[in-house]
Amino acid sequence: MDLTLSESELAFQAEAREWLAANVPAEPLPSMDTEEGWALHQEWEAKLTEARWSVVSWPREYHGREASLVEWVVFEEEYYRAGAPGRVSQNGIFLLAPIIFDHGTKEQQDRFLPTMASGERIWAQCWSEPEAGSDLASLKSTARRDDERGGWVLNGQKTWSSRATYAHWGFGLFRSDPEAQRHRGLTYFLFPLDAEGVTVRPIAQLDGEAGFAEVFFEDVFVPDSDVLGGVGDGWSVAMSTAGNERGLSLRSPGRFCAAADRLVDLYRERPDQRLGDDVVDAWLKAQAYRLYTWGTVTRLAGGGDMGAAGSVNKVFWSELDIALHETALDLLGAEAELESRWLDGYTFSLSGPIYAGTNEIQRNIVAERILGLPREVRG
Amino acid sequence: MRFDLTPDQRDFADALDRLLAAADTPKVARAWGNGDREPGLALWSRLAQQGVTDLADQDTVVELCVAFEALGRHAVPGPWVESAAVLPMALGRDLSATIATLAAPPNVPYALDADVASDVYTVVDGRLHVGEVGEMVRSVDRTRHLFTVTPGDAVPSEELRGALGLGVLATSAQLLGAGERVLADSVTYVTQRKQFGREIGSYQAIKHALADVRIALDFARPLLYGAALSTDARDVSAAKVACSEAAYLAARTGLQVHGAIGYTAEFDLSIWLTKIRALVGAWGTPRFHRAALLEELMR
Repeated sequence: MDLTLSESELAFQAEAREWLAANVPAEPLPSMDTEEGWALHQEWEAKLTEARWSVVSWPREYHGREASLVEWVVFEEEYYRAGAPGRVSQNGIFLLAPIIFDHGTKEQQDRFLPTMASGERIWAQCWSEPEAGSDLASLKSTARRDDERGGWVLNGQKTWSSRATYAHWGFGLFRSDPEAQRHRGLTYFLFPLDAEGVTVRPIAQLDGEAGFAEVFFEDVFVPDSDVLGGVGDGWSVAMSTAGNERGLSLRSPGRFCAAADRLVDLYRERPDQRLGDDVVDAWLKAQAYRLYTWGTVTRLAGGGDMGAAGSVNKVFWSELDIALHETALDLLGAEAELESRWLDGYTFSLSGPIYAGTNEIQRNIVAERILGLPREVRG
Repeated sequence: MRFDLTPDQRDFADALDRLLAAADTPKVARAWGNGDREPGLALWSRLAQQGVTDLADQDTVVELCVAFEALGRHAVPGPWVESAAVLPMALGRDLSATIATLAAPPNVPYALDADVASDVYTVVDGRLHVGEVGEMVRSVDRTRHLFTVTPGDAVPSEELRGALGLGVLATSAQLLGAGERVLADSVTYVTQRKQFGREIGSYQAIKHALADVRIALDFARPLLYGAALSTDARDVSAAKVACSEAAYLAARTGLQVHGAIGYTAEFDLSIWLTKIRALVGAWGTPRFHRAALLEELMR
């Protein structure tokens, strides 16, 4: 058991740290869910790409540097430590890309991965529907076969589609077999959001910004070449995305450590004995998260898979994120309501227990798949 | 970078688990609590043969935690923390042939099981002294016989701070093991017990409560082993806070999902419920360790 990096990993770390120190914008960029912020975040992605930092673990032909899993996580730690901008390309590079690597054709990989890596083409996820949230398998949007044109015709409505307001392409599940029930008969599609028949309607989030949108489909044609994985296999293809979103991909080990360290600094500036325990809890849970993630990395590097552990992880980090920011707001006292980085972080943290599968759904998964408790009686 | 037990460490854990699972440890614990020390002392010897008393060394803190997790999972009675973790390091010598114990006020005000120990010590102003054993006081954990101690002559000691920290870690590991045991037994129970025509473990109220225990234990474990690697004071405090609270959550939840049967002394769950309550407060309460950690963070 050891927590030390090898010499080559240390060299990689030093290179990342140096580049980030020289290139991370001194002032945080405006929110990526504004027109101005969106453009600046895309520029930042271009800069990362030029220096091969945008997708370090990917093959070189797709702008990566074939970094090992440990190196990738080291990079993520450095990235958060440096306070670098949020990744506007995150839905694509973290959620969709693993699926394209696993289930996509070589032609699809060549066509989609380079612009995804560089941030030129930003992807939005289109999972939920007005009547299908936690119960995603009840989704109703349809894909109708069009043999003449060699593809499918999409109809229906998706909602809570993150980044869809400004994104270029979307990915999501549609019911391609109207006779099949629930998890069967779904197919995974990729589609341009400016295709004929697609209407995107931005939805202002709690902070007032259009971080997600509704997407309407009216006879939208998608060629066979933009079907990801097998026709009718959409559910199993999509579930590998869900694992990525809940677990390792979105959250690097260092993410909460940096925030916890800032919280400790805030406490030092504004000591309040009554909140000392909360500061300590945030700090030690951030450490727990970091170490837990290294444990996960060790398991994955040894050929293991994440399994349902992603659900354990998701409940923990989402609740930690809220508690950490609540403590900061408590320390700020009456000033907590003023616009600040802490307030932005707090508002964002509130979405954590909801997105990527609510924490109630995650607890069901932990109980049924890890503890082995009997399945819920479902309607 | 390899943050996981090595195959050797896993084998060690498995060997201890097998030995203890076959030893009817609840019966041993009950006998110990009733003053019959024979089965407990016999088990002590067998564990010593497995090397459990040889681990109080900077190089084997991970193995020490592995062993104490097993002791906690099986509710093994006796002054293990004192005799197998703290004192060998404090005295700088092998104690594997004897049983020793100590008090270290204020966090460890009494000497555990001083009546079976051949050597008893106490800590005064950061220095180790021989301890004169006084009267016994009763613990919520019937297997913990606690004794007042008055200091005698000072004894040369080394690494006392580190040794006491090792006691905190060993206690944390016991708590983690005890919490795991309560969770496992609770899962078994809720998949057998039926009400309203189905297993109570199929109800979401029960599922979510036990899922929260799984999550708390899963995130306490890396803090324990992270602290075992660094032996840094703040990491040790973090481990004690997390292991105490995860185990306590396991105990509270475990009792609740068992219902009235869990509230009986006769049902073996009681052995772990009372032990966890005792160990949460032993070797520094969560409140103490949070304060210590905050002080470290403010440096």
